Amino acid sequence: MSQNPLTLNHDVNDATRSAGPTRRPEVPTSPDIAVVPDTDPVFQISDLSFFYGAFRAIRDVSMDVRGNQITAVIGPSGCGKSTFIRCLNRMNELIPGTRVAGRIDYHGQDLYADDVDPIEVRRRIGMVFQKPNPFPKSIYDNVAFGPKVNGLKPASMDDLVEESLRRAALWDEVKDKVKKSAFSLSGGQQQRLCIARCIAVKPEVILMDEPCSALDPLATNRIEELMIELKQDYTIVIVTHNMQQAARVSDRTAFFTAEVSDEGRERTGVLVELDRTEKIFTAPGDRRTEDYITGRFG
Amino acid sequence: MAIPLQAPDIGIARRRSRPGERVIVGLLALCGLLSVLVTVGIVLVLAGEAARFFAKVPIVDFLTGTRWAPSGGRVDAGEFGVLPLINGSLMIAAGSLLVGLPLGLATAVYLSEYAPARVRGIVKPVLEILAGIPTVVVGFFALNFITPSLLRPVFGEGRVFIFNAAAGAIAVGLMILPVIASISEDAMRAVPNALREAAFGMGASRRVVALRVVMPAALSGITASVILGVSRAVGETMAVTIAAGNTPRLTTNFFESIQTLTAYIAQTVSGEAAAGSTRYQSLFAVGATLFVITLGMNLLSIRLVRRFRQAYQ
Amino acid sequence: MTAVALPIAARLRRGASRSRLGLLLDAVFSSGLFVGTFLGVLALGLLLWTVYDRGWERLASDPSGFFANFVSRFPARAGIKAALYGTAWLMGLTALFSFPIGVGAAVYLEEFAPRNRLTSFVEANIANLAGVPSVVYGILGLGVFVRFMRMGPSLLAGGLTLALMSLPLIIIAARESLRAVPVSIRLAAYALGATKWQAVRHHVLPAAMPGTMTGVILSLSRAIGETAPLIVIGAAVSIFNTPDDVRDPFSALPVLIFNWTSRPQPAFAEAAAAAGIVLLAMLLAMNTVAIFLRKRFATRW
Repeated sequence: MSQNPLTLNHDVNDATRSAGPTRRPEVPTSPDIAVVPDTDPVFQISDLSFFYGAFRAIRDVSMDVRGNQITAVIGPSGCGKSTFIRCLNRMNELIPGTRVAGRIDYHGQDLYADDVDPIEVRRRIGMVFQKPNPFPKSIYDNVAFGPKVNGLKPASMDDLVEESLRRAALWDEVKDKVKKSAFSLSGGQQQRLCIARCIAVKPEVILMDEPCSALDPLATNRIEELMIELKQDYTIVIVTHNMQQAARVSDRTAFFTAEVSDEGRERTGVLVELDRTEKIFTAPGDRRTEDYITGRFG
Repeated sequence: MAIPLQAPDIGIARRRSRPGERVIVGLLALCGLLSVLVTVGIVLVLAGEAARFFAKVPIVDFLTGTRWAPSGGRVDAGEFGVLPLINGSLMIAAGSLLVGLPLGLATAVYLSEYAPARVRGIVKPVLEILAGIPTVVVGFFALNFITPSLLRPVFGEGRVFIFNAAAGAIAVGLMILPVIASISEDAMRAVPNALREAAFGMGASRRVVALRVVMPAALSGITASVILGVSRAVGETMAVTIAAGNTPRLTTNFFESIQTLTAYIAQTVSGEAAAGSTRYQSLFAVGATLFVITLGMNLLSIRLVRRFRQAYQ
Repeated sequence: MTAVALPIAARLRRGASRSRLGLLLDAVFSSGLFVGTFLGVLALGLLLWTVYDRGWERLASDPSGFFANFVSRFPARAGIKAALYGTAWLMGLTALFSFPIGVGAAVYLEEFAPRNRLTSFVEANIANLAGVPSVVYGILGLGVFVRFMRMGPSLLAGGLTLALMSLPLIIIAARESLRAVPVSIRLAAYALGATKWQAVRHHVLPAAMPGTMTGVILSLSRAIGETAPLIVIGAAVSIFNTPDDVRDPFSALPVLIFNWTSRPQPAFAEAAAAAGIVLLAMLLAMNTVAIFLRKRFATRW
C-alpha cells in the first residue's frame, strides 16, 4: 500500500477531478431522494472496530442503517468500506485471524451474540459482490442453488426462479436460455443474475460491495434502476467508489476515510459522517467530506 | 533486430553471429530430446523381447489365459495366461483406492476448506514425508504390522494368510493417499474464492460450499488425482512383492496371497531366468502390459489436470 | 418483507431455518474430514514407530558392527557396509548424470524452445515419463545398459537407470523454478546488451538455482529409496567388498532391506528394520537440506 498522498486520490472519479477542484458532482433532485423518511433502523452499529491480526482496519464506527432505504458507503480506497459492509453479514469471520469489537444490532438483536448462527445471519442478509461471481452452472441452477441448499421448498422452483429473475430485471433477456451456462451472459447480466440469486433465498437486507465497478455505464444504469425498485422490499447497503452513483441512488450516505497513523504504515478506516445523501453532497458537515467530494482530497 | 540499410561502422548495428551460443543452445536441445530417447528406449526394449515372447506364446493366449505358471529351471515351458496377474494388480488398485480415496479426499477437503493455517502447516509436511517413504519400508510395515497387528486380530488368524492382498492394498493405499490429497487439494484451491463467497453470502454452510460448489468446480482435478493414484497403485512393486505374496491366482479373496504384474517382474529377475528363455522374455511381455496400462491412465490424468489449470486462468 | 413473524433473536439462532438433518450432516461431515486426515497422519506415525520399534535395539546394540560388517548368513553378524557404500555411489552417479541433463533440458524448454508441435510433444513426453512405474525403468536399464551396452549389473548401469528415472522429476522442478523468475530480470539483462544465453547463464539460472536444487535433492532422495529398478538390473546382496570402480557390482540399502525382509528368521526382520532406520535417516537429512535451501535462499519476487 503506497503512502504517497497523490495515490490517495485514486477513487475520486475522473470526471470530478478534471472538471476542476471545486466543482461538486451534480446531484439529481428527484423527489425520491429529496424526501427521506425516518424509517425504523435495521442495523444499529456502535463502536465497531475490525482487526486483521494486530492491524485495525476500521475503528469505532457508530451509525444506523434504516429500513427500506439505500444507504451508500463512500470513501477513498483503503478506508475500510468493504471491511465494514462485510461485518454486517459476518462474512469477515471466514478470514482466519480476524476479530470484531463493538456491537452491531440487527432489529435490536446483537448479531455477534453467542447464540447467533452466522449462517442464519447470511441467509437473511444477502450479498452481491464486486465482480459478478456466478457459479459455473446454468442460469437456472444459479438461481435455484440458494433455495435448494437452504432447504426452502417452494411450491414450484420454476416459478421461484422466474420470479427472482423478473425482480432482477433479467427475465426478459434470458427466459429462452435459462438452461444455458451463466458464463454466456454479459458482465452486467451476470451481475443481475447474482442479484436474482441473492433475492431467491428471500433475504431481508441486500449488501452490495461495489456491484458496478466491473461494469460499463449502460449496465451500471440498469443495476441502479433495479436497486431503486428493490428498496420497496429490501434494505440495501451499497459500497461504491463512484460518488455520482451514491448521489443517484442512495437515500443516505456514509463517508469513510482512512486515518494514517504509525508513521504512515497503518491505515485505519473511520466514519466521518452519515447523513441524507443530498446534504452530504451539498452541505457536508465535515471538512474532510467536503474535500473528498469536491476532489480536493488529501 | 532490424538491420539498417547503411550500417554505420561502429560495430553495433550488424547482427553478430554467435557460434558459441548456437552450440550451447544445441546442447541444451539435446538434453531435451534425450527424454524422447528414453521413451523410445523403453518402447524398443519392451517391444523387442516381447515380440520374441509372442512368437512362442500367441498373444491371444497371453491376454485371455487364466493360468500363469511359468516353469522354472531348465524346462522352457509353462502356461502364460496373464489374467491372474492383471487380476492381482486390479485387486491391489481397487483395495488401495478403498483406503486412499476416502482418506486422500478427506484430507484434501479438510486442508483446502476447513483447516486453520497452523494445522495445514503440520499436515502438509506429514503428507510429503509419507509420499517420500521408500516403498520397501512400506512393504516392511505391511508385513510386520498391517498383517499381524491389524488384519489378523480383526479378521482371524485362520482366515488371513501371512502374505495377502489386503495388506498390500492397504500399504499401497497409504502410498497413493498423498498423491490424491495433494493433487485434489491443488485443484480445490484453484477454485476462485469468489465462488465460495457467493455461496457463503447466501447462507451456505461449509459442508454445502465444499460439496456443492468447490468439489464440482474441481472435479476434473480430483478425477485426475484418482486416475494417477490408480496408475501408481498398478505400477507399485515392492510393497506388493513383500506383503501380497507371489501366487498368481484368479481370486477375489483379499486375504489370500496373489501376484501382481509388478511382483512377477521383481520375483522373476531375482530368480534365475536364463536370458533367451520364454520365462525371461515373459518379463518383457508383462512389462509391456504394465507400461500400456499405466501410460493410458497417465495420459488421461494429464489431460484432466490441464483442463482444471485452464478453467480458472 | 421486514414484517417480523418470529422474534428476531429466534430467527438468527442456530437451526432457525436449517433442518436438524442439515446441522447433523454438517457435524458428521466436518468430523469425518478431521478423522480422515488424522488417520493418514496416524498411519505415518505407526509406520515410523514400527520400524523404530523393530530395528532400534539391533542398531543401538552394536552400531559400529552394523555399519562396518558385510552381510552374513548369521543375522547377528550381518552389517550394511556394502549396501551403504553402494547407495552413496549410486547417489553420486545419479546426481552426476541427471543434474546437468535435467537442468539443461529445463533451460531449453523454458527459455529457448520454439512454441511448436515438437516442443509440445517433448513436454507431453516428459509428463508421461514422470508417471512410468519405476520397475519399467528397471527393464529399460536391463535391456539397454546391462545387456545391450554390456555394462552388466554394475554401479554405472544402476546410476544411469536411476538417473533416467529421476530425469522427468528434475526437469519439472527446474522448469517451475525457472518460470518463477520474473520476465523483468531477463528484460533488464537484454537491455544491457546481453544475449539470451548470457541472460540465462548469469541472471536467470542463478536466481532459479535454490528451487532447482530443492527439486534435485528431493528427486535424488526418491531415487536412492527405490528398490524395484535396482533389483531388475540385478543389484546383488552378497557383496563382500566396497566398490572402487563404476564397473563393479554393487548392493544398495533398499535392496538389502528387501532381501532381509523376505527372509523367515525374525532376526533378519530386525536387521531390515535397523537398515530401514538408517535409510530413513538419510532421506530425512536430504529432505531437511532441501527444505533449508528452499527457505534460506528462496527469493521473493
